[in-house]
Amino acid sequence: MNRLSAYFFQRPKLVTLLLLALPMLYMLVVYLGALVSLLINSFYYLEEFTGLVVKEFTLSTYAQLLKPTNLGIFWRTASMAMAVTIMDAIIAFPLAYYIAKFASPRLRTYLYIAVTLPLWSSYLVRVYAWKLILSKEGILSWFVNLLHLNPVLEWVLSIPGIGGSSLSLSPLGMFIAFCYIWLPYMIVPIQTALERVPKSLLEASGDLGARPSQTFRNVILPLAFPGVVAGSIFTFSLTMGDFIVPQSLGTTRFFIGQAVYSHQGTSGNIPLAAAFTMGPVVIMIVYLLIARKLGAFDAL
Amino acid sequence: MTNPAILFEKVSRYFGDVKAVDAVDLEIRDGEFFSMLGPSGSGKTTCLRMIAGFDRPTSGRIFLYGQEVSSLPPFERDVNTVFQDYALFPHMTVGNNIAYGLMIKRVAKEERKKRVDDMLELVQLTGFADRKPSQLSGGQRQRVALARALINHPKVLLLDEPLGALDLKLRQQMQVELKSIQQRVGITFIFVTHDQEEALTMSDRIAVFNQGKIEQIGTPSDVYEKPTTPFVAGFVGTSNLITGEIAKRITGSEKTFSIRPEKIYLGSSSDKPSESKYFANGTVRDVIYLGLYTRYLVDLEDGGDLVVIEQNLKTTSMDVLKARGQKVCLSWEKDHISRVGG
Repeated sequence: MNRLSAYFFQRPKLVTLLLLALPMLYMLVVYLGALVSLLINSFYYLEEFTGLVVKEFTLSTYAQLLKPTNLGIFWRTASMAMAVTIMDAIIAFPLAYYIAKFASPRLRTYLYIAVTLPLWSSYLVRVYAWKLILSKEGILSWFVNLLHLNPVLEWVLSIPGIGGSSLSLSPLGMFIAFCYIWLPYMIVPIQTALERVPKSLLEASGDLGARPSQTFRNVILPLAFPGVVAGSIFTFSLTMGDFIVPQSLGTTRFFIGQAVYSHQGTSGNIPLAAAFTMGPVVIMIVYLLIARKLGAFDAL
Repeated sequence: MTNPAILFEKVSRYFGDVKAVDAVDLEIRDGEFFSMLGPSGSGKTTCLRMIAGFDRPTSGRIFLYGQEVSSLPPFERDVNTVFQDYALFPHMTVGNNIAYGLMIKRVAKEERKKRVDDMLELVQLTGFADRKPSQLSGGQRQRVALARALINHPKVLLLDEPLGALDLKLRQQMQVELKSIQQRVGITFIFVTHDQEEALTMSDRIAVFNQGKIEQIGTPSDVYEKPTTPFVAGFVGTSNLITGEIAKRITGSEKTFSIRPEKIYLGSSSDKPSESKYFANGTVRDVIYLGLYTRYLVDLEDGGDLVVIEQNLKTTSMDVLKARGQKVCLSWEKDHISRVGG
């Protein structure tokens, strides 16, 4: 046993190789392999008459993405992802700030568990829970009724692009469910970033004459920004790729995830589904490049 | 007569049941370099934080040049702080760090730049304005923190163990520099430290803290030569305490006295008695050669022991080591003894 330990101790590179072999194999074959396969498939096309995939290089599949309906899908999904990200950042920041800077260590542990607790239950269960909450006979409608705010709800639901026949069948309902589901992914990175800001920096700012609002703007926000960007990467990309929430709560108008799902499933148009998938990939790459430019990864 | 820079009236600060600061009265004069000296947990930093406004007194009142500030928030007080960890803003350049206070006060850009340049010159960092704090050494960060505080012309500058993180050489250099900057700008400095040498070097006056109370306030020589309590005698420098029976046999009085090791003369037992001196006979138990000086531990015939320090003027290590086991007669001027309480 000792000799074996000594053998490995003297060969750190071999140890590294052994440790990394399995994850590397997984990354290369399953992860990157799948991406490359997607990329290749997106350059094939579907023969309309036969309904068969023709394995020849073409850009015609990508050209199909530029059709107004498909562009609409991209725009709808991206703007939803953006709205969810902004709302989550607004909700998450005060909570993360409280957890990081004010809560006692004991309370901090409880709050941390409370924030991540929803992740212990199935994602589908949570989405269907929201469907029930938001439905016409659901608890939210009941509550709105109790407050005699029905006209307000009806007015909101009548706004084109946001409203629908009920909250559970409207973009607004989707927005609410998305915000809830991805919120923990925004809170945790912001909290981590804020915890790394020493209290003395905040005291120094006040000492130099800054009111709390000025300290927030000049010190807290810039230092927590990398955390916000890290969180937004989660909320943005998760919303971009999701198809469960639009399917359960949304209107009949497609989101990217649904488009991919239906093209590869019922219509068997694998090339178009692949091309649709490359959309969010490209958007995320651009997003990450911008984030890097803003210094979001300097503090990681 | 001008108001004192800082006045504490029966100021207390409790953290739960712990009395961090316990009914402290304190007056710090305009323009002086005042040190708060004490071990950790003695209340000195809490006092500083109450002057800055980060902590509020549980009871009592604090005045800044005659104006009560006890419950004012930090941003409404005309004092600035140099923090122990410097607390430089990592996302700003050195120049923007120093200009922060002026930016908050909406001072015009050109004037800001001019004053930042003046400050950089004062702390000998000309040309460093565009660097980030992470690119500076500890000593340089220290200077930036000082410049960032001084640029606001505060009425009082608070320094919370600012030299603690520096190495010995740099610390000694900064001690001299701080003192000279203080004299140039003429601002009242309040300096918190646990390092007695630092306090003795720079201060006009020192307050020695222990367990939330001030044991003694005085000039460095007062505190060193004439400690008034056993704690001060022991904390500032090393000291011999003589008490009870032994004190009675040597001095004729049964009180507690302190005598500094370097004030004791180590003579042979045949020395002639003198009216102005106290005498004690003993045997050298231990000799420690320290290069610059030698430390002797002498067991007294009357009981107890005394530490004696002698400079190595003519002796070498070989000579002094021979003293072990020899009978000696210790003597010191009656003036050099100080009564420390009971």
